[in-house]
Amino acid sequence: MISELLIISVGAILINNFVLVQFLGICPFLGVSKKVETASGMGFAVVFVMLCASALTWVVQQYLLIPFNLEYMQTIAFILVIAVLVQFVEMFLQKSIPSLYNSLGVYLPLITTNCAVLGVALQNISKFGGTEMSFLKSVVYGGSAGLGFTLSIVLFAGVRERLETADVPEFLKGMPIVLITAALLSIAFLGFSGLSFN
Amino acid sequence: MSQILIPILIVGGMGILFGGILGVASKIFAVKVDERVPQILEILPGANCGNCGFAGCSAYANALCAGGVKTNLCPACSGDTSEKIAEILGVKADESEKMVARVRCSGSTENAALKYIYDGPCDCHSAAKLGGGEKLCSFACLGFGSCVKACRFDAISVNDGVAVIDEEKCVGCGGCVKECPKNVIALMPAKSKYAVACQSAEKGKFTRQNCQVGCIGCGICAKNCPKDAITVENNIAVINQEKCVGCGICASKCPRKIIKLYK
Repeated sequence: MISELLIISVGAILINNFVLVQFLGICPFLGVSKKVETASGMGFAVVFVMLCASALTWVVQQYLLIPFNLEYMQTIAFILVIAVLVQFVEMFLQKSIPSLYNSLGVYLPLITTNCAVLGVALQNISKFGGTEMSFLKSVVYGGSAGLGFTLSIVLFAGVRERLETADVPEFLKGMPIVLITAALLSIAFLGFSGLSFN
Repeated sequence: MSQILIPILIVGGMGILFGGILGVASKIFAVKVDERVPQILEILPGANCGNCGFAGCSAYANALCAGGVKTNLCPACSGDTSEKIAEILGVKADESEKMVARVRCSGSTENAALKYIYDGPCDCHSAAKLGGGEKLCSFACLGFGSCVKACRFDAISVNDGVAVIDEEKCVGCGGCVKECPKNVIALMPAKSKYAVACQSAEKGKFTRQNCQVGCIGCGICAKNCPKDAITVENNIAVINQEKCVGCGICASKCPRKIIKLYK
């Protein structure tokens, strides 16, 4: 059981990393990765939202949508759950960590439309890997997906901080070099696809 | 019927439930917003020019409420605004002098001789890169209107190859001063009456060749000024606005009619 959860976790963090392998949630990945500090703040906000979203959407799916044959309402229902969670996180941050709230700026409400969060909710219920996901597995998968997001955005922010002082050719300055860096990081993560658990 | 009703009830019910939770949460996590911030924001011009040194009007308003910031930093505000802000904050107002931007060039197409005909993009920065612009005088206003685009208060127009500033609209934010590649525009106190509408530092002989009206640095104005407010530096007359009383003798004596009365 535990080894199974561990495999799900490692799989979500490294092998199927949401940003660098599945290319979900690119917007905050590029937008909030200028400083390691704000990047990690964003990362942990996403971990929290993904964790709660996985748990809540699983409950909504199993006890509301499936019994009433309403699976076609998934997207709307899940977005509703995610939006509420994000609002909640926003209020909490504004009250308790205003500096982080200010530095995240517009990207915080944008977690609502962060496709990585909706992606994790949808993948949870789509019989991931051929097996039905239990509640525990869904939560572990959601949390790990968030951790994977945090890992990649913090790594990327570290690289971007170095880039600030690097001698970049004029035509690559700004976004172009950022995109190239993201691509190289993505290629590096491709190496994990060879990981085997047998 | 139930096929439609059930989804509506379930999703609607979820919405109401979540709304209730958020409503309670917003009470618990309520953050007190300083009520003076919106009041100050209403007074500030709202152009977000950034010349106060903050990221925009709202950043400045926040900094004002946080304290330790002068009330006269907004260059686009008159003295009354500084007083009004001080009144809201309950502190003493810092003095601010209203400034206006003035164009130090009179080289219209009629007056200024040309080096070549510029046919590039209508932008002063591009024109300035081609041999310093099409006018012979290297200090002249290029007249392609980069300042017009930079002005957030719609105060500048280009008339006959020279920028003209509407002092009624100009708030003295200095946006055009930063934009001008030739450094033709300068900020001056709004109450000053006379200014030299030229900045040519060439010797008089060359200024004469380049332009029909440029200041040749003859010094007649300096000799005739009763208050010793004018000096000639670098072949150009400079009026010390603190000494100037606005008598207008310099303007009447100037052989080139380049000292102009504003307002």
